[in-house]
Amino acid sequence: MSAPAHYEVVIGLEVHAQLLTRSKMFCGCPTTFGAAPNSQTCPVCQGMPGVLPVVNKKAIELAMRTALAFGCRVNPACRFARKHYYYPDMPKNYQISQYEEPLAEEGRLEIDIDGASRTIGIQRLHLEEDVGKLVHEGTLETAQASLVDFNRSGVPLMETVSKPDLRSPEEAAAYLKAFRAVLVFLGVCDGNMEEGSLRCDANVSLRPRGSTTLGTKVEIKNLNSFRNVQRALEFEVKRQAQALDAGEGIRQETRLWEADRGYTRSMRSKEYAHDYRYFPEPDLVPLRIDSRWVDEIQAALPELPRARRQRFVAQYGLPGYDADVLTQSRALGDYYEAVLREPAPSAGADRPKIVSNWVMSELLRVLPGDDERAIATSPIPPRHLAGLLRLIDDGTISGKIAKDVFQKMFDSREDAATIVGREGLTQVADETALGAIVDSVMAANPKAIDDFKRGKTVAKKSLFGQVMKATGGKANPTLVDRLLEDKLAKIQR
Amino acid sequence: MIHQPIHTLADAYRRGDLTPTAVAEAYLARIDALDRRVRAYLTIVREQALAAARESERRWRAGTPRGPLDGAPIALKDVLCTRGVRTTAGSKILDTFVPPYDATVVERLRAAGAVILGKTNLDEFAMGSSTEHSGFHPTRNPWDLTRVPGGSSGGSAAAVAAGMAAGGFGTDTGGSIRQPAAFCGVVGMKPTYGRVSRYGVVALASSLDQVGPFAQDVTDAAHLLGAVAGHDRRDATSIPAPVPDYAAELAKGVAGLTLGLPDEYFIDGMDPDVERAVRAAIEVLKGLGARVESVSLPTTRHALAAYYVILPAEASSNLARYDGVKFGLRVSAHDLVGMESRTRAAGFGAEVKRRIMLGTYALSAGYYDAYYGKAQSVRTLVRREFAAAFARVDLIVAPTTPNVAFKLGEKEDPLSMYLNDVFTIPGNLSGITGVSVPCGFSVSGLPIGLQILGRPLDEARVLRAAYAYEQATSWRGRRPDLP
Amino acid sequence: MIDRKDVEHVARLTRLALTEEELERMREQLNSILTHLDTLRGVDTEGVEPTAHAVDLVNVMREDEVEPCLPQDSMLANAPDRSGELFRVPRIIEE
Repeated sequence: MSAPAHYEVVIGLEVHAQLLTRSKMFCGCPTTFGAAPNSQTCPVCQGMPGVLPVVNKKAIELAMRTALAFGCRVNPACRFARKHYYYPDMPKNYQISQYEEPLAEEGRLEIDIDGASRTIGIQRLHLEEDVGKLVHEGTLETAQASLVDFNRSGVPLMETVSKPDLRSPEEAAAYLKAFRAVLVFLGVCDGNMEEGSLRCDANVSLRPRGSTTLGTKVEIKNLNSFRNVQRALEFEVKRQAQALDAGEGIRQETRLWEADRGYTRSMRSKEYAHDYRYFPEPDLVPLRIDSRWVDEIQAALPELPRARRQRFVAQYGLPGYDADVLTQSRALGDYYEAVLREPAPSAGADRPKIVSNWVMSELLRVLPGDDERAIATSPIPPRHLAGLLRLIDDGTISGKIAKDVFQKMFDSREDAATIVGREGLTQVADETALGAIVDSVMAANPKAIDDFKRGKTVAKKSLFGQVMKATGGKANPTLVDRLLEDKLAKIQR
Repeated sequence: MIHQPIHTLADAYRRGDLTPTAVAEAYLARIDALDRRVRAYLTIVREQALAAARESERRWRAGTPRGPLDGAPIALKDVLCTRGVRTTAGSKILDTFVPPYDATVVERLRAAGAVILGKTNLDEFAMGSSTEHSGFHPTRNPWDLTRVPGGSSGGSAAAVAAGMAAGGFGTDTGGSIRQPAAFCGVVGMKPTYGRVSRYGVVALASSLDQVGPFAQDVTDAAHLLGAVAGHDRRDATSIPAPVPDYAAELAKGVAGLTLGLPDEYFIDGMDPDVERAVRAAIEVLKGLGARVESVSLPTTRHALAAYYVILPAEASSNLARYDGVKFGLRVSAHDLVGMESRTRAAGFGAEVKRRIMLGTYALSAGYYDAYYGKAQSVRTLVRREFAAAFARVDLIVAPTTPNVAFKLGEKEDPLSMYLNDVFTIPGNLSGITGVSVPCGFSVSGLPIGLQILGRPLDEARVLRAAYAYEQATSWRGRRPDLP
Repeated sequence: MIDRKDVEHVARLTRLALTEEELERMREQLNSILTHLDTLRGVDTEGVEPTAHAVDLVNVMREDEVEPCLPQDSMLANAPDRSGELFRVPRIIEE
């Protein structure tokens, strides 16, 4: 469902991501999910009298890493501010956040939509603390009481606000997907939307097509899956279009997406609810982020999947499909390049493609390519795969044997040479030894020799198979072929 | 043994003339006898105090005391959180609150072997200058029970003056240590902002609050400060600078020091007895070899207004957490907003409500720049003026307050109460250090305080000048006439 | 000057249930105090940076290390009302 053609849809997303720190934003309590209620709290994250926050350096650095990946400007001076509103899941009734001097501003994120690429602006990126979890005894409407668990209170959150550059619910969903992929790739957030590690609010407005001024925007909260983002925005676009068509106008408000019922409904409409009374947090001192610190984070920044895919095509001459597969996770791309870095004395120019084939057809047969951990801890490390390929290159084993060796390497975690040596899988490439086997096979198959003499060249294939069988598949096939050729030629003469 | 400074108690413990247990028992007995009239304490921790005293006694016997505070009976303003002991901040809203943690200051005092006698009264959430605005009861001035002890740390000041504690701690946000020290005739010190940890100190205005000692003499003040000062990783505004041995620096004298005398601290309408005593004290310091120069701090007259924007703004934020959800008072209602609004209405007193309203207004949409932003810029001017003055002089000397202790109920109008802090507030706005040391009495027999202000982290020099003055005069021997 | 509506608005913002008399008294007192505070307007602060802190510290941070939490029962001990391991509050009626 899309908006009526006479309106242009304008959407901006605010995404809150829980950062992957071990401890909370302002205290040492752990951030692990699923502990018994109120068992992971202390006076600081419960906002008890007189206690003070101290900034978690890792949270700052994870946010800086994200900001740099989005090409944001990291502000040399930033500070925290208090944002005030009363809600029982927020222990101090103010949230330590950032207001006038956020950590970073002015970045961008590329998204793919309908096969084309679009650049979406990122307005700002800042840090704040999460609130606790509120559950209602019954539904919110019928509850006589609500219950609060402060375990999540104080978990570091990174809020990223996009520019109002998104033009459809589909684009919004594509943005969120791309955004999540970057965060997960960078290792700054686990991206788990079910557990609330990634949460999304949207600002939506409509304007007559061709207009350059923005319409009245409505904030939609509770968009906690890709599907919900798209469904809620589709509903909201339709609602606004109908209201505008009926000449009713749009009220600036916050609406809640009710996923079960498939509609958005108005909440907190009175203006005073938005008077947040920000002021600089006096319990914290400012941050001065100098270029050295920025450079340090930049240097440790991994290449993003998009850029890496392009480089794989350009640098290694890989087909686009291979580059897509190999960059599906950071670990897989790293794995591939680690194999390429290993020595390969007798390999040819087609090595990048050969390695790609092995990774795609063999490694990904036994391991899921999008599982960072599984790839990073593969029982066959890149060094072992490179070793296996060297044995093929120098003729020690055949490509067919190599596939069996690969499975054995996976099962035993041993390297290829060890397995090949122990199990005697080395190709028979000794001309004298092999010549003797060829002779005995020929002596034992006079009928095949006769057939050959009568011009049935297929008899040679049968002899070839006999030799391979006699050597348990270890004979160097090229050599066997040449020996048979020579010996059969002599007989004919 | 009552009215003996802590450093002389330590000498007596060392010699075996006194024991910490006997001294703690004597103080607890005096509290029992006197505090019905003075009402300095909100909570007395008899059993804990005696247990701590017995531990101290064992250490002195074994020859392993932890320092000059080991066995010293002290009183803590009830904004310093004490694990397992209720901490009220003088407010009904925290009547039942028992912190599961110690303030860093309390932790350090326990580690130094101090014997905590109890928690003392204050103006609710330290908002006030008289300790009349406690949520529980007013405290009275030991020198005249019809008068206030000053505030907001009036309980600790009165306890030390009345011999109900050998030393004490308070907090100073706009003068709340120095002013009651002046009114009660004891030594009171506000350290540099960041010198003493604020962790576990119920916050009034976070950018101004600072913990400091009340003492019977300057030597004790040096020991008490030394025990709690220094960096704390739990307070991001705590200064990571080494702590000098304040007591060791005391006897260096004032010869060669330049004292600045600010014209703006001698104003129309101040008590002539106060002006006379302070000017006489400056003569004493001159006689000891100090030079005196006039300095100008013209923004002083706007400091009060800036303070009464910044303080309520920060306080309105700090006090938002008292909502009946997690701890303290709850007045029930059938919905959340009703419960919170009624809890806060019932739990907070009139002055607290006034400042919360004022602060909320000053921060609300459309007024931030006119009030909070403006006040923070005025604050910059106050800081600059002090910095310029301290480029020329070593210390600034001035009255602590414009007048002596007033009668309970005398200052009904909030504004006239606020004027009490006009000489102490600039020190908080600029973050510098200052002490109030007794410098005489009014004709009516009420104590007067001399304020000595110093550069940031220059507590040693401030105390040194206070000590030189104290040793040259006999005021510290005077005690209120209580049985 | 702030009027009665402003006072009510601010009281709502900060969750204070004030009686009719309190609202009126508050209006008078706030106006009297604000008149005094308005003297600040006369101070020339053109180009003067605001001071948020009396200390000049920057970049005070902690390492990302887990420290022991406080036991659950001690963190719940002060609760005015609770339901098992959770703090309990009256129902929330959205404004």
